[in-house]
Amino acid sequence: MKDKKLRNVWKEIKKNKESYLLILPYFTLFLIFIVIPVLFGAILSFTNYNIIQTPKFIGWSNYKRLFLEDDIFLIAIQNTFKFALITGPISYFACLLFAWLINELSPKVRAITTLLYYAPALSSAIFFIWTYIFSGDVYGFLNGILINLGIIKEPIYWLQDPNINLYVLMIIQLWMSLGTSFLAFIAGFQTIDRSLYEAGAIDGIRNRWQELWYITLPSMKPQLIFGAIMQVTTSFAVADISANLIGFPSPLYSAHTIVLHMWDYGSIRYEMGYASAIAVILFFITVSINQWVRRILRSD
Amino acid sequence: MKERKVNRSFWGNLVISVVLTVVAVFMALPLVYSIMNAFKPLDELFLFPPRLFVRRPTLKNFSDLFYLMGTSFVPFSRYLFNSIFISFFGTLGHVLIASMAAYPLAKHKFPGSKFLFNLVIFSLMFSGYVTNIPRFIIMAKLRLLDSYLSLILPYIGATLGLFLMKQFMEQIPDSYIESARIDGANEFKIWWYVIMPNVKPAWLTLILFSFREIWNDTYTPSLYIHNEALKPFSLGLTYIQQGGFVRAGAGAAAAVLMLIPSIIIFIITQSNVVETMKSAGIKG
Repeated sequence: MKDKKLRNVWKEIKKNKESYLLILPYFTLFLIFIVIPVLFGAILSFTNYNIIQTPKFIGWSNYKRLFLEDDIFLIAIQNTFKFALITGPISYFACLLFAWLINELSPKVRAITTLLYYAPALSSAIFFIWTYIFSGDVYGFLNGILINLGIIKEPIYWLQDPNINLYVLMIIQLWMSLGTSFLAFIAGFQTIDRSLYEAGAIDGIRNRWQELWYITLPSMKPQLIFGAIMQVTTSFAVADISANLIGFPSPLYSAHTIVLHMWDYGSIRYEMGYASAIAVILFFITVSINQWVRRILRSD
Repeated sequence: MKERKVNRSFWGNLVISVVLTVVAVFMALPLVYSIMNAFKPLDELFLFPPRLFVRRPTLKNFSDLFYLMGTSFVPFSRYLFNSIFISFFGTLGHVLIASMAAYPLAKHKFPGSKFLFNLVIFSLMFSGYVTNIPRFIIMAKLRLLDSYLSLILPYIGATLGLFLMKQFMEQIPDSYIESARIDGANEFKIWWYVIMPNVKPAWLTLILFSFREIWNDTYTPSLYIHNEALKPFSLGLTYIQQGGFVRAGAGAAAAVLMLIPSIIIFIITQSNVVETMKSAGIKG
Protein backbone atom coordinates (compact mmCIF):
# COMPACT_ATOMS: atom_id res chain seq x y z
CA MET A 1 0.00 0.00 0.00
CA LYS A 2 2.61 2.47 1.17
CA ASP A 3 4.92 1.22 -1.54
CA LYS A 4 2.37 2.00 -4.18
CA LYS A 5 1.91 5.50 -2.85
CA LEU A 6 5.63 6.10 -2.91
CA ARG A 7 5.82 4.80 -6.43
CA ASN A 8 3.06 7.20 -7.42
CA VAL A 9 4.93 10.12 -5.94
CA TRP A 10 8.04 9.04 -7.80
CA LYS A 11 6.03 8.86 -10.99
CA GLU A 12 4.73 12.37 -10.36
CA ILE A 13 8.25 13.60 -9.80
CA LYS A 14 9.47 12.01 -13.00
CA LYS A 15 6.56 13.41 -14.93
CA ASN A 16 7.38 16.89 -13.67
CA LYS A 17 11.10 16.71 -14.14
CA GLU A 18 11.14 19.82 -16.31
CA SER A 19 9.42 21.76 -13.54
CA TYR A 20 12.15 20.74 -11.13
CA LEU A 21 14.80 21.80 -13.59
CA LEU A 22 13.18 25.22 -13.90
CA ILE A 23 13.06 25.82 -10.17
CA LEU A 24 16.50 24.36 -9.52
CA PRO A 25 18.67 27.49 -9.96
CA TYR A 26 16.45 29.67 -7.81
CA PHE A 27 15.98 27.20 -5.02
CA THR A 28 19.68 26.37 -4.94
CA LEU A 29 20.35 30.02 -4.10
CA PHE A 30 17.39 30.09 -1.74
CA LEU A 31 18.79 27.08 0.04
CA ILE A 32 22.33 28.44 0.30
CA PHE A 33 21.48 31.99 1.30
CA ILE A 34 18.26 31.63 3.31
CA VAL A 35 17.36 28.11 4.44
CA ILE A 36 20.82 26.92 5.43
CA PRO A 37 21.74 30.22 7.14
CA VAL A 38 18.60 30.09 9.29
CA LEU A 39 19.23 26.48 10.36
CA PHE A 40 22.98 26.94 10.65
CA GLY A 41 22.43 30.10 12.70
CA ALA A 42 20.13 28.25 15.09
CA ILE A 43 22.83 25.62 15.63
CA LEU A 44 25.59 28.19 16.01
CA SER A 45 23.62 29.98 18.69
CA PHE A 46 24.38 27.08 21.02
CA THR A 47 28.10 27.29 20.42
CA ASN A 48 31.11 29.40 21.07
CA TYR A 49 32.61 30.21 17.67
CA ASN A 50 35.16 32.80 16.65
CA ILE A 51 35.60 31.69 13.00
CA ILE A 52 39.18 30.48 13.56
CA GLN A 53 38.74 27.67 16.08
CA THR A 54 36.11 24.96 15.68
CA PRO A 55 32.78 25.78 17.34
CA LYS A 56 32.36 24.49 20.87
CA PHE A 57 28.91 23.41 22.09
CA ILE A 58 27.93 25.42 25.15
CA GLY A 59 24.20 24.77 25.52
CA TRP A 60 22.00 27.68 26.49
CA SER A 61 24.88 29.85 27.74
CA ASN A 62 24.59 32.44 24.99
CA TYR A 63 20.91 32.95 25.71
CA LYS A 64 21.47 33.08 29.45
CA ARG A 65 24.21 35.63 28.98
CA LEU A 66 21.97 37.72 26.71
CA PHE A 67 19.11 37.99 29.12
CA LEU A 68 20.87 37.82 32.48
CA GLU A 69 24.19 39.58 31.97
CA ASP A 70 24.03 41.73 28.88
CA ASP A 71 22.42 44.99 29.98
CA ILE A 72 23.10 46.58 26.63
CA PHE A 73 21.13 43.86 24.87
CA LEU A 74 18.15 44.68 27.07
CA ILE A 75 18.49 48.32 26.05
CA ALA A 76 18.61 47.19 22.43
CA ILE A 77 15.43 45.14 22.84
CA GLN A 78 13.70 48.02 24.54
CA ASN A 79 14.69 50.50 21.84
CA THR A 80 13.77 48.13 19.03
CA PHE A 81 10.32 47.49 20.47
CA LYS A 82 9.73 51.16 21.16
CA PHE A 83 10.77 51.93 17.63
CA ALA A 84 8.76 49.16 16.01
CA LEU A 85 5.61 49.67 18.06
CA ILE A 86 5.54 53.33 17.11
CA THR A 87 6.77 53.34 13.51
CA GLY A 88 5.20 50.00 12.53
CA PRO A 89 1.53 50.86 13.08
CA ILE A 90 1.93 54.50 12.04
CA SER A 91 3.65 53.60 8.80
CA TYR A 92 1.13 50.84 8.07
CA PHE A 93 -1.85 53.14 8.49
CA ALA A 94 -0.06 55.93 6.66
CA CYS A 95 0.50 53.60 3.69
CA LEU A 96 -3.17 52.69 3.76
CA LEU A 97 -4.51 56.21 4.29
CA PHE A 98 -2.39 57.84 1.61
CA ALA A 99 -2.98 55.05 -0.87
CA TRP A 100 -6.69 55.53 -0.31
CA LEU A 101 -6.57 59.31 -0.67
CA ILE A 102 -4.34 59.11 -3.72
CA ASN A 103 -6.75 56.67 -5.31
CA GLU A 104 -9.35 59.40 -5.61
CA LEU A 105 -7.09 61.68 -7.63
CA SER A 106 -7.05 61.90 -11.40
CA PRO A 107 -4.58 59.45 -12.98
CA LYS A 108 -1.96 62.09 -13.82
CA VAL A 109 -1.96 63.74 -10.39
CA ARG A 110 -2.02 60.28 -8.86
CA ALA A 111 1.13 59.24 -10.73
CA ILE A 112 3.02 62.36 -9.60
CA THR A 113 1.86 62.07 -5.99
CA THR A 114 2.79 58.39 -5.92
CA LEU A 115 6.28 59.24 -7.17
CA LEU A 116 6.71 61.96 -4.54
CA TYR A 117 5.52 59.76 -1.70
CA TYR A 118 7.45 56.72 -2.79
CA ALA A 119 10.69 58.56 -3.65
CA PRO A 120 12.23 58.37 -0.15
CA ALA A 121 11.64 54.62 0.08
CA LEU A 122 12.84 54.25 -3.47
CA SER A 123 16.21 55.81 -2.78
CA SER A 124 16.67 54.72 0.79
CA ALA A 125 20.47 55.10 0.76
CA ILE A 126 20.23 58.86 0.67
CA PHE A 127 18.68 59.07 4.11
CA PHE A 128 21.98 60.60 5.17
CA ILE A 129 20.84 63.96 3.80
CA TRP A 130 18.92 64.22 7.06
CA THR A 131 22.25 64.86 8.81
CA TYR A 132 22.31 68.26 7.14
CA ILE A 133 18.79 68.96 8.35
CA PHE A 134 19.25 67.66 11.89
CA SER A 135 22.84 68.76 12.28
CA GLY A 136 23.52 69.86 15.87
CA ASP A 137 25.07 73.24 15.12
CA VAL A 138 23.54 76.48 13.88
CA TYR A 139 24.26 75.50 10.26
CA GLY A 140 21.89 72.60 10.55
CA PHE A 141 18.83 73.45 8.50
CA LEU A 142 16.30 72.90 11.26
CA ASN A 143 18.34 74.57 14.01
CA GLY A 144 19.03 77.53 11.75
CA ILE A 145 15.37 78.01 10.96
CA LEU A 146 14.25 77.61 14.57
CA ILE A 147 16.90 79.99 15.91
CA ASN A 148 16.13 82.51 13.22
CA LEU A 149 12.45 82.41 14.10
CA GLY A 150 13.35 82.87 17.77
CA ILE A 151 11.77 79.57 18.82
CA ILE A 152 14.98 78.24 20.36
CA LYS A 153 18.09 80.06 21.52
CA GLU A 154 20.67 77.30 21.56
CA PRO A 155 21.02 74.72 18.81
CA ILE A 156 19.48 71.36 19.68
CA TYR A 157 21.63 68.25 19.33
CA TRP A 158 18.95 66.35 17.47
CA LEU A 159 21.05 63.30 16.73
CA GLN A 160 23.35 63.28 19.75
CA ASP A 161 20.99 64.01 22.64
CA PRO A 162 20.14 60.57 24.06
CA ASN A 163 16.72 61.80 25.17
CA ILE A 164 15.50 62.62 21.71
CA ASN A 165 17.63 60.93 19.07
CA LEU A 166 15.53 57.75 18.93
CA TYR A 167 12.48 59.87 18.13
CA VAL A 168 14.39 61.77 15.47
CA LEU A 169 15.22 58.41 13.92
CA MET A 170 11.55 57.49 13.97
CA ILE A 171 10.71 60.56 11.94
CA ILE A 172 13.35 59.64 9.39
CA GLN A 173 12.13 56.03 9.31
CA LEU A 174 8.56 57.18 8.76
CA TRP A 175 9.79 59.42 5.97
CA MET A 176 11.06 56.41 4.07
CA SER A 177 8.36 53.95 5.05
CA LEU A 178 5.85 54.47 2.25
CA GLY A 179 7.40 51.57 0.39
CA THR A 180 6.30 48.25 -1.02
CA SER A 181 3.13 48.09 1.09
CA PHE A 182 2.14 51.54 -0.07
CA LEU A 183 2.36 50.40 -3.70
CA ALA A 184 0.47 47.21 -2.88
CA PHE A 185 -2.32 49.24 -1.28
CA ILE A 186 -2.55 51.62 -4.23
CA ALA A 187 -2.92 48.57 -6.43
CA GLY A 188 -5.40 47.03 -4.01
CA PHE A 189 -7.68 50.04 -4.19
CA GLN A 190 -7.68 49.80 -7.96
CA THR A 191 -8.76 46.17 -8.03
CA ILE A 192 -12.03 46.76 -6.27
CA ASP A 193 -15.05 46.04 -8.33
CA ARG A 194 -16.84 49.34 -9.01
CA SER A 195 -20.25 47.73 -8.98
CA LEU A 196 -19.78 46.98 -5.28
CA TYR A 197 -19.82 50.71 -4.62
CA GLU A 198 -23.00 51.21 -6.60
CA ALA A 199 -24.63 48.37 -4.73
CA GLY A 200 -23.37 49.88 -1.48
CA ALA A 201 -24.83 53.27 -2.30
CA ILE A 202 -28.22 51.62 -2.79
CA ASP A 203 -27.82 49.74 0.49
CA GLY A 204 -27.45 53.00 2.35
CA ILE A 205 -23.73 53.76 2.41
CA ARG A 206 -23.57 57.51 2.83
CA ASN A 207 -19.97 58.66 3.00
CA ARG A 208 -16.48 57.62 2.05
CA TRP A 209 -15.65 56.35 5.53
CA GLN A 210 -18.47 53.84 5.47
CA GLU A 211 -17.50 52.91 1.96
CA LEU A 212 -13.92 52.31 3.08
CA TRP A 213 -14.88 50.27 6.11
CA TYR A 214 -17.69 48.14 4.72
CA ILE A 215 -16.67 47.62 1.12
CA THR A 216 -13.10 48.57 0.31
CA LEU A 217 -11.07 47.12 3.15
CA PRO A 218 -12.78 43.72 3.27
CA SER A 219 -12.20 43.27 -0.46
CA MET A 220 -8.50 44.01 -0.31
CA LYS A 221 -7.64 41.79 2.64
CA PRO A 222 -4.89 39.87 0.81
CA GLN A 223 -3.06 43.16 0.14
CA LEU A 224 -3.58 44.21 3.75
CA ILE A 225 -1.93 41.01 4.98
CA PHE A 226 0.95 41.33 2.54
CA GLY A 227 1.49 44.96 3.57
CA ALA A 228 1.43 44.11 7.26
CA ILE A 229 4.14 41.51 6.80
CA MET A 230 6.31 44.01 4.93
CA GLN A 231 5.92 46.72 7.58
CA VAL A 232 6.44 44.46 10.59
CA THR A 233 9.56 42.93 9.09
CA THR A 234 11.17 46.28 8.30
CA SER A 235 10.18 48.06 11.49
CA PHE A 236 12.00 45.50 13.64
CA ALA A 237 15.09 45.54 11.46
CA VAL A 238 16.15 49.12 12.04
CA ALA A 239 19.92 49.54 12.09
CA ASP A 240 21.37 51.38 9.10
CA ILE A 241 19.89 54.75 9.86
CA SER A 242 20.99 54.56 13.47
CA ALA A 243 24.57 53.57 12.66
CA ASN A 244 24.94 56.08 9.85
CA LEU A 245 23.15 59.10 11.28
CA ILE A 246 23.90 58.80 14.97
CA GLY A 247 27.02 56.70 14.87
CA PHE A 248 27.97 53.46 16.48
CA PRO A 249 27.73 53.08 19.39
CA SER A 250 25.18 55.78 19.99
CA PRO A 251 25.55 58.02 23.07
CA LEU A 252 24.49 55.95 26.13
CA TYR A 253 23.25 53.35 23.63
CA SER A 254 20.19 55.54 23.18
CA ALA A 255 19.70 54.39 19.59
CA HIS A 256 21.07 50.87 19.98
CA THR A 257 18.94 48.16 18.36
CA ILE A 258 18.85 44.37 18.16
CA VAL A 259 20.35 44.32 14.69
CA LEU A 260 23.14 46.67 15.76
CA HIS A 261 23.88 44.50 18.75
CA MET A 262 24.14 41.51 16.47
CA TRP A 263 26.36 43.41 14.08
CA ASP A 264 28.58 44.47 16.98
CA TYR A 265 29.18 40.89 18.10
CA GLY A 266 29.19 39.31 14.65
CA SER A 267 31.20 41.75 12.60
CA ILE A 268 33.40 43.52 15.15
CA ARG A 269 34.06 41.02 17.92
CA TYR A 270 33.63 37.88 15.80
CA GLU A 271 31.67 36.14 18.53
CA MET A 272 29.57 34.30 15.99
CA GLY A 273 27.74 32.04 18.42
CA TYR A 274 26.60 34.92 20.53
CA ALA A 275 25.63 36.99 17.50
CA SER A 276 23.65 34.03 16.15
CA ALA A 277 21.69 33.81 19.39
CA ILE A 278 20.71 37.45 18.86
CA ALA A 279 19.66 36.62 15.30
CA VAL A 280 17.55 33.71 16.52
CA ILE A 281 15.76 36.00 18.97
CA LEU A 282 15.10 38.55 16.25
CA PHE A 283 13.79 35.74 14.06
CA PHE A 284 11.30 34.58 16.69
CA ILE A 285 10.18 38.10 17.51
CA THR A 286 9.39 39.06 13.92
CA VAL A 287 7.91 35.72 12.89
CA SER A 288 5.59 35.52 15.89
CA ILE A 289 4.44 39.11 15.59
CA ASN A 290 3.83 38.55 11.89
CA GLN A 291 1.77 35.44 12.59
CA TRP A 292 -0.20 37.29 15.23
CA VAL A 293 -0.94 40.27 12.97
CA ARG A 294 -1.86 37.90 10.18
CA ARG A 295 -4.33 36.10 12.42
CA ILE A 296 -5.98 39.37 13.42
CA LEU A 297 -6.33 40.54 9.83
CA ARG A 298 -7.59 37.19 8.64
CA SER A 299 -10.31 36.80 11.24
CA ASP A 300 -11.69 40.32 11.15
CA MET B 1 -15.50 55.90 -15.69
CA LYS B 2 -18.40 57.86 -14.26
CA GLU B 3 -18.30 59.70 -10.95
CA ARG B 4 -19.65 57.79 -8.03
CA LYS B 5 -22.68 59.17 -6.34
CA VAL B 6 -21.73 58.61 -2.71
CA ASN B 7 -21.30 61.83 -0.75
CA ARG B 8 -18.10 63.71 -1.47
CA SER B 9 -18.42 66.82 0.63
CA PHE B 10 -16.56 69.97 -0.37
CA TRP B 11 -14.92 70.29 3.05
CA GLY B 12 -13.87 66.69 2.99
CA ASN B 13 -12.15 67.22 -0.32
CA LEU B 14 -10.48 70.38 0.94
CA VAL B 15 -9.11 68.71 4.06
CA ILE B 16 -7.82 65.82 1.98
CA SER B 17 -6.06 68.12 -0.47
CA VAL B 18 -4.42 70.04 2.37
CA VAL B 19 -3.26 66.83 4.07
CA LEU B 20 -1.88 65.41 0.84
CA THR B 21 -0.02 68.62 0.12
CA VAL B 22 1.51 68.90 3.58
CA VAL B 23 2.72 65.31 3.44
CA ALA B 24 4.05 65.84 -0.08
CA VAL B 25 6.11 68.78 1.20
CA PHE B 26 7.45 66.68 4.10
CA MET B 27 8.41 63.88 1.71
CA ALA B 28 9.95 66.15 -0.88
CA LEU B 29 11.72 68.67 1.34
CA PRO B 30 14.84 66.62 2.15
CA LEU B 31 15.16 65.60 -1.49
CA VAL B 32 14.72 69.13 -2.75
CA TYR B 33 17.13 70.38 -0.09
CA SER B 34 19.85 68.01 -1.17
CA ILE B 35 19.29 68.72 -4.84
CA MET B 36 19.59 72.42 -4.05
CA ASN B 37 22.71 71.85 -1.93
CA ALA B 38 24.29 69.94 -4.77
CA PHE B 39 24.26 73.13 -6.83
CA LYS B 40 25.23 75.56 -4.08
CA PRO B 41 28.66 77.19 -3.96
CA LEU B 42 30.51 76.74 -0.68
CA ASP B 43 29.51 80.06 0.89
CA GLU B 44 25.82 79.38 0.29
CA LEU B 45 26.05 76.01 2.00
CA PHE B 46 26.94 77.67 5.27
CA LEU B 47 24.61 80.62 5.36
CA PHE B 48 22.82 81.71 8.48
CA PRO B 49 19.86 81.60 8.44
CA PRO B 50 19.95 78.59 6.08
CA ARG B 51 18.27 79.01 2.76
CA LEU B 52 16.51 76.22 0.91
CA PHE B 53 16.89 77.51 -2.63
CA VAL B 54 20.14 78.04 -4.45
CA ARG B 55 20.96 81.55 -5.68
CA ARG B 56 24.06 81.16 -7.82
CA PRO B 57 23.97 77.55 -9.02
CA THR B 58 27.30 75.92 -9.78
CA LEU B 59 28.46 72.52 -10.95
CA LYS B 60 31.58 72.70 -8.80
CA ASN B 61 30.30 70.13 -6.31
CA PHE B 62 29.97 67.58 -9.10
CA SER B 63 33.40 68.29 -10.50
CA ASP B 64 34.79 68.10 -6.95
CA LEU B 65 33.25 64.71 -6.64
CA PHE B 66 34.98 63.45 -9.76
CA TYR B 67 38.31 65.28 -9.59
CA LEU B 68 38.97 65.52 -5.88
CA MET B 69 37.93 61.96 -5.27
CA GLY B 70 39.60 60.94 -8.50
CA THR B 71 42.96 61.47 -6.87
CA SER B 72 41.99 59.75 -3.65
CA PHE B 73 42.78 56.17 -2.77
CA VAL B 74 39.95 54.71 -4.83
CA PRO B 75 38.63 56.89 -7.61
CA PHE B 76 35.04 57.88 -7.29
CA SER B 77 34.23 56.50 -10.72
CA ARG B 78 35.29 53.09 -9.47
CA TYR B 79 32.55 53.07 -6.84
CA LEU B 80 30.10 54.07 -9.50
CA PHE B 81 31.25 51.33 -11.84
CA ASN B 82 30.97 48.70 -9.09
CA SER B 83 27.43 49.73 -8.32
CA ILE B 84 26.35 49.70 -11.92
CA PHE B 85 27.99 46.32 -12.46
CA ILE B 86 26.43 44.53 -9.49
CA SER B 87 23.05 46.23 -9.96
CA PHE B 88 22.93 45.22 -13.60
CA PHE B 89 23.92 41.58 -13.19
CA GLY B 90 22.11 41.12 -9.90
CA THR B 91 18.89 42.46 -11.38
CA LEU B 92 19.20 40.56 -14.64
CA GLY B 93 19.92 37.31 -12.84
CA HIS B 94 17.10 37.84 -10.39
CA VAL B 95 14.50 38.55 -13.06
CA LEU B 96 15.49 35.52 -15.13
CA ILE B 97 16.01 32.97 -12.39
CA ALA B 98 13.09 34.04 -10.20
CA SER B 99 10.62 34.02 -13.08
CA MET B 100 11.96 30.70 -14.31
CA ALA B 101 11.12 29.24 -10.89
CA ALA B 102 7.86 31.14 -10.61
CA TYR B 103 6.38 29.56 -13.72
CA PRO B 104 6.12 25.95 -12.53
CA LEU B 105 5.13 27.10 -9.04
CA ALA B 106 2.25 29.10 -10.51
CA LYS B 107 1.11 26.71 -13.18
CA HIS B 108 2.02 23.14 -12.28
CA LYS B 109 1.18 20.98 -9.34
CA PHE B 110 4.08 18.77 -8.47
CA PRO B 111 5.26 17.15 -5.25
CA GLY B 112 6.77 19.84 -3.04
CA SER B 113 5.57 22.85 -5.03
CA LYS B 114 3.22 24.07 -2.34
CA PHE B 115 5.76 23.50 0.40
CA LEU B 116 8.45 25.42 -1.44
CA PHE B 117 6.20 28.38 -2.08
CA ASN B 118 5.05 28.48 1.53
CA LEU B 119 8.69 28.50 2.51
CA VAL B 120 9.19 31.58 0.34
CA ILE B 121 6.22 33.33 1.94
CA PHE B 122 7.52 32.38 5.35
CA SER B 123 10.87 33.94 4.57
CA LEU B 124 9.15 37.26 3.92
CA MET B 125 8.35 37.28 7.62
CA PHE B 126 11.85 37.87 8.89
CA SER B 127 14.40 40.35 7.71
CA GLY B 128 17.56 39.47 5.85
CA TYR B 129 19.58 40.53 8.86
CA VAL B 130 18.65 37.27 10.57
CA THR B 131 20.70 35.31 8.06
CA ASN B 132 23.72 37.62 7.97
CA ILE B 133 26.08 35.89 10.39
CA PRO B 134 25.82 32.38 8.93
CA ARG B 135 25.76 33.85 5.45
CA PHE B 136 29.05 35.52 6.17
CA ILE B 137 30.55 32.19 7.22
CA ILE B 138 29.12 30.46 4.15
CA MET B 139 30.54 33.20 1.93
CA ALA B 140 33.91 32.74 3.59
CA LYS B 141 33.83 28.96 3.08
CA LEU B 142 32.83 29.37 -0.56
CA ARG B 143 35.69 31.87 -0.93
CA LEU B 144 33.25 34.50 -2.15
CA LEU B 145 34.23 37.28 0.25
CA ASP B 146 35.63 40.30 -1.53
CA SER B 147 34.13 39.40 -4.85
CA TYR B 148 31.33 40.78 -6.97
CA LEU B 149 29.57 37.43 -6.68
CA SER B 150 29.03 37.92 -2.94
CA LEU B 151 27.00 40.99 -3.79
CA ILE B 152 25.18 39.49 -6.76
CA LEU B 153 24.19 35.95 -5.76
CA PRO B 154 22.09 36.69 -2.65
CA TYR B 155 20.03 39.24 -4.56
CA ILE B 156 19.33 36.78 -7.34
CA GLY B 157 17.73 34.55 -4.74
CA ALA B 158 15.64 37.41 -3.29
CA THR B 159 12.25 36.21 -2.13
CA LEU B 160 9.96 39.17 -2.74
CA GLY B 161 10.53 38.95 -6.49
CA LEU B 162 9.71 35.27 -6.71
CA PHE B 163 6.56 35.83 -4.67
CA LEU B 164 5.32 38.70 -6.86
CA MET B 165 6.17 36.89 -10.09
CA LYS B 166 4.39 33.70 -9.07
CA GLN B 167 1.26 35.55 -7.98
CA PHE B 168 1.17 37.46 -11.23
CA MET B 169 1.72 34.41 -13.43
CA GLU B 170 -1.31 32.70 -11.95
CA GLN B 171 -3.62 34.90 -13.99
CA ILE B 172 -2.27 33.68 -17.31
CA PRO B 173 -4.94 31.46 -18.87
CA ASP B 174 -4.01 27.80 -18.90
CA SER B 175 -5.15 27.56 -22.50
CA TYR B 176 -2.04 29.50 -23.63
CA ILE B 177 0.15 26.84 -22.10
CA GLU B 178 -2.00 23.99 -23.41
CA SER B 179 -1.85 25.15 -26.99
CA ALA B 180 1.89 25.64 -26.82
CA ARG B 181 2.25 22.15 -25.44
CA ILE B 182 0.17 20.73 -28.28
CA ASP B 183 2.56 22.46 -30.66
CA GLY B 184 5.30 20.42 -29.04
CA ALA B 185 7.02 23.06 -26.95
CA ASN B 186 8.88 21.91 -23.86
CA GLU B 187 8.46 23.65 -20.51
CA PHE B 188 11.54 25.79 -20.95
CA LYS B 189 10.28 27.05 -24.29
CA ILE B 190 6.82 27.68 -22.87
CA TRP B 191 8.35 29.74 -20.09
CA TRP B 192 10.40 31.83 -22.46
CA TYR B 193 8.06 32.24 -25.44
CA VAL B 194 4.62 32.04 -23.84
CA ILE B 195 4.87 33.10 -20.22
CA MET B 196 7.55 35.80 -20.24
CA PRO B 197 5.96 37.98 -22.95
CA ASN B 198 2.73 37.89 -20.96
CA VAL B 199 4.17 38.98 -17.63
CA LYS B 200 5.93 42.15 -18.72
CA PRO B 201 4.45 44.21 -15.83
CA ALA B 202 5.84 41.68 -13.36
CA TRP B 203 9.38 41.64 -14.69
CA LEU B 204 9.45 45.41 -14.88
CA THR B 205 8.44 45.40 -11.22
CA LEU B 206 11.17 42.93 -10.38
CA ILE B 207 13.66 45.15 -12.18
CA LEU B 208 12.58 48.12 -10.09
CA PHE B 209 12.61 46.31 -6.74
CA SER B 210 15.81 44.42 -7.37
CA PHE B 211 17.67 47.46 -8.67
CA ARG B 212 16.42 49.55 -5.77
CA GLU B 213 17.57 46.94 -3.30
CA ILE B 214 21.06 46.48 -4.74
CA TRP B 215 21.71 50.11 -5.61
CA ASN B 216 20.83 51.36 -2.13
CA ASP B 217 22.25 48.61 0.03
CA THR B 218 25.05 49.69 2.32
CA TYR B 219 24.80 46.87 4.82
CA THR B 220 25.56 43.80 2.70
CA PRO B 221 28.66 45.25 1.02
CA SER B 222 29.97 46.49 4.36
CA LEU B 223 29.92 42.89 5.56
CA TYR B 224 31.33 41.05 2.57
CA ILE B 225 33.62 43.57 0.92
CA HIS B 226 36.79 44.81 2.50
CA ASN B 227 38.70 45.57 -0.66
CA GLU B 228 38.17 49.28 -1.22
CA ALA B 229 38.26 48.86 -5.00
CA LEU B 230 35.21 46.57 -4.98
CA LYS B 231 32.94 48.69 -2.80
CA PRO B 232 29.76 50.10 -4.33
CA PHE B 233 28.68 53.71 -4.63
CA SER B 234 26.23 53.43 -1.71
CA LEU B 235 29.16 52.75 0.61
CA GLY B 236 31.34 55.39 -1.01
CA LEU B 237 28.52 57.78 -0.30
CA THR B 238 28.59 57.14 3.42
CA TYR B 239 32.35 57.80 3.44
CA ILE B 240 31.87 61.11 1.66
CA GLN B 241 29.22 62.00 4.17
CA GLN B 242 31.49 61.06 7.07
CA GLY B 243 33.94 63.63 5.70
CA GLY B 244 31.65 66.11 7.43
CA PHE B 245 30.91 69.60 6.33
CA VAL B 246 34.07 69.98 4.32
CA ARG B 247 32.43 67.71 1.83
CA ALA B 248 28.82 68.76 2.35
CA GLY B 249 28.60 69.98 -1.23
CA ALA B 250 30.17 66.89 -2.73
CA GLY B 251 27.95 64.75 -0.50
CA ALA B 252 24.83 66.42 -1.81
CA ALA B 253 26.07 66.02 -5.37
CA ALA B 254 26.64 62.31 -4.73
CA ALA B 255 23.16 62.02 -3.25
CA VAL B 256 21.70 63.46 -6.44
CA LEU B 257 23.62 60.94 -8.55
CA MET B 258 22.37 58.21 -6.24
CA LEU B 259 18.80 59.41 -6.57
CA ILE B 260 18.52 59.78 -10.33
CA PRO B 261 18.66 56.15 -11.59
CA SER B 262 16.01 54.83 -9.18
CA ILE B 263 13.69 57.72 -9.92
CA ILE B 264 14.03 57.22 -13.68
CA ILE B 265 13.37 53.49 -13.39
CA PHE B 266 10.31 54.13 -11.25
CA ILE B 267 8.91 56.71 -13.67
CA ILE B 268 9.27 54.21 -16.50
CA THR B 269 7.82 51.27 -14.59
CA GLN B 270 5.22 52.89 -12.32
CA SER B 271 2.02 51.81 -14.04
CA ASN B 272 3.37 48.28 -14.49
CA VAL B 273 4.37 48.09 -10.85
CA VAL B 274 0.88 49.00 -9.72
CA GLU B 275 -0.50 46.43 -12.16
CA THR B 276 1.75 43.76 -10.64
CA MET B 277 0.98 44.66 -7.06
CA LYS B 278 -2.70 44.02 -7.73
CA SER B 279 -1.92 40.33 -7.44
CA ALA B 280 0.48 40.74 -4.50
CA GLY B 281 -1.96 39.69 -1.80
CA ILE B 282 -1.48 36.89 0.70
CA LYS B 283 -4.65 34.97 1.38
CA GLY B 284 -5.04 34.30 5.07
